[in-house]
Amino acid sequence: MELLSILRIAWRALARNKLRSGLTMLGVIIGVGAVIAMVGVGQGASQAVQEQIAAMGSNVVFVASGTVNRGGLRLGWGQTKSLLYDDMRAMVRECPAVRSAAPGAATTAQIVFGNDNWFTNVQGTEPQYFEIRDWTFAEGVPFTQADVDAAANLAIIGNTVRQNLFGASDPVGQVIRIKDLPFRVVSVLNAKGESAHMGQDQDDVIFVPITTLQKKLTGDTWLRYIVVSAVSRQASYAAQQEITALLRDRHRIRPGQDDDFMVRNLADIAQLADQSSRVMTLLLASIASVSLIVGGIGIMNIMLVSVTERTREIGIRMAVGATEEDVQRQFLIEAVVLSLMGGAAGILFGVGASMLITRLLGWAVLISPLAIAVAALFSAAVGIFFGFYPARKAARLDPIEALHFE
Amino acid sequence: MSTLTQAASHADASSATPELIRVEDVHKYYELGETRVHALRGVSVAISRGEFVAIMGASGSGKSTFMNLLGCLDRPSSGRYLLEGTDVSQLEKKALAAIRNRKLGFVFQGFNLLSRTTALENVELPTLYAQLNKEERLQRAREALRAVGLEDRMDHFPSQLSGGQQQRVAIARALVNRPSILLADEPTGNLDSRTSVEIMDVFQKLNDQGLTIVLVTHEPDISRFAKRSLHFRDGKIRRDEAVADRPRAAEALKAMPRVED
Repeated sequence: MELLSILRIAWRALARNKLRSGLTMLGVIIGVGAVIAMVGVGQGASQAVQEQIAAMGSNVVFVASGTVNRGGLRLGWGQTKSLLYDDMRAMVRECPAVRSAAPGAATTAQIVFGNDNWFTNVQGTEPQYFEIRDWTFAEGVPFTQADVDAAANLAIIGNTVRQNLFGASDPVGQVIRIKDLPFRVVSVLNAKGESAHMGQDQDDVIFVPITTLQKKLTGDTWLRYIVVSAVSRQASYAAQQEITALLRDRHRIRPGQDDDFMVRNLADIAQLADQSSRVMTLLLASIASVSLIVGGIGIMNIMLVSVTERTREIGIRMAVGATEEDVQRQFLIEAVVLSLMGGAAGILFGVGASMLITRLLGWAVLISPLAIAVAALFSAAVGIFFGFYPARKAARLDPIEALHFE
Repeated sequence: MSTLTQAASHADASSATPELIRVEDVHKYYELGETRVHALRGVSVAISRGEFVAIMGASGSGKSTFMNLLGCLDRPSSGRYLLEGTDVSQLEKKALAAIRNRKLGFVFQGFNLLSRTTALENVELPTLYAQLNKEERLQRAREALRAVGLEDRMDHFPSQLSGGQQQRVAIARALVNRPSILLADEPTGNLDSRTSVEIMDVFQKLNDQGLTIVLVTHEPDISRFAKRSLHFRDGKIRRDEAVADRPRAAEALKAMPRVED
């Protein structure tokens, strides 16, 4: 029997029960649509992360103070007090792959301006920090190295802090209070958005000269982190190695002992972020494919009903010369037509849902042709897999019994 | 009825042996759980080309089982069944399907037409399994419908046709692949007496043109229109006789009152 005739018969059989066929297809539609939309969300997120990381500058190396192991209790990064200002100067002096470096120390504080107040993160650093991180200023002029040396009470505020304390008014020149000390706002940073791998708001921050922070706010002498700029992107791995060797030497860490600091270059972080978003994509896709399997079971169910309903038809076809293969092929193709139509509608639904997510939630959603192709193939496979058993059942019917079925 | 002549002459040309069917000592058992049903207990019969045979018998006599074997819908438990000189008793299912398609035409009591499918498409059905191209399929189906006098009902659905018309569609379907034998299983069982005779008229005319017909019926009035009758009882042929003073259905119809429909 030729394919065209089989397809026509399949189409008629499905058209005969429009509501039933539609509801059966719905399972596949939702499954395929969900896979496409979820993979789109995952890949969109992954791309956004990569773009953000690229925007941070690819030759940046982060050095953070290390973790402490106190009687089995490990306290996370940024806890040791061994990372010092002198370490930073040594890096710039002794590591050929390092171009420049900026120190960082931090505390949290309640910031007060007039009647408003805001709890935020206060970072102490030097002006190179903004250069290394490629962070530009929206307004005003940042503090200088001279201000750092003088431990001046000057502040550069992030966009979130500006919105919360100043609203629409101009913050530059205003005086805010950090832990009861007055600081003059000299500059506002451009918004940077959420950080790539932590999801933190990077704009919810105030920068002050590191000397001011250490002497007047915390009283510490050690650094939380050092931001390093390597001479080139390729040099960032070399810089990482040189810094590790230098710090182990300076901190007198014997071979075999753990580092009391952490060095990461952005390529690593990018890879990490990529990995985690890939895992997320996979997770979303596998949850979505569960509904595709459920859709397949729906097809199988309805095909079994159809085989029973059409037992007599099968008997007639066999009596006039249809072979088992003819009958099996007919029901199999019917199931595949059902699932492929569901797949096609599901692709439209998935693309539509992706566009809706982009518009409503503002997420970057990447519609991948690969996901569409895979979804289409998968829906055909679902039809074949779940259509096989009912088709086999139909083909195995005894023509005599089938002819007398009421 | 030129098409039917064609069909019959085609059948004649395909074989030189006058003997179309030869059944030798055929037995059929069914296993029903623990019990074994012996449906046919050694049936032997020969049917020649151009015969019109009525198979008679009460229900349970084995006539339906015999018909299923003749129709290649089932295989005998033992014995031989030669169709046009070929032993078909042990053929594969696929080969049996091909024989049903090419050499046999079925007419059933309940018409067994596909509902929501036009008369033309019902008749076309066997040709779908016969590797014919679309044009030839449609041409044959139209000819077969014309032959049973339904050329003006081609696009009607079975629900729009009377019982007699539905059975004519079924006959057209049985003839469309130009078979050697027409097998009819209680073809008048669902029809009133006048329509029954009309169907027998169609059969007689087909037989006149050379088509071999085997008809199962339990109505003696119907079996009289055949040329030969086989009586089954308890899985055996008890009587095999020629029908004496066989009436012509066309004549009988003239004598019957016409029921307005």
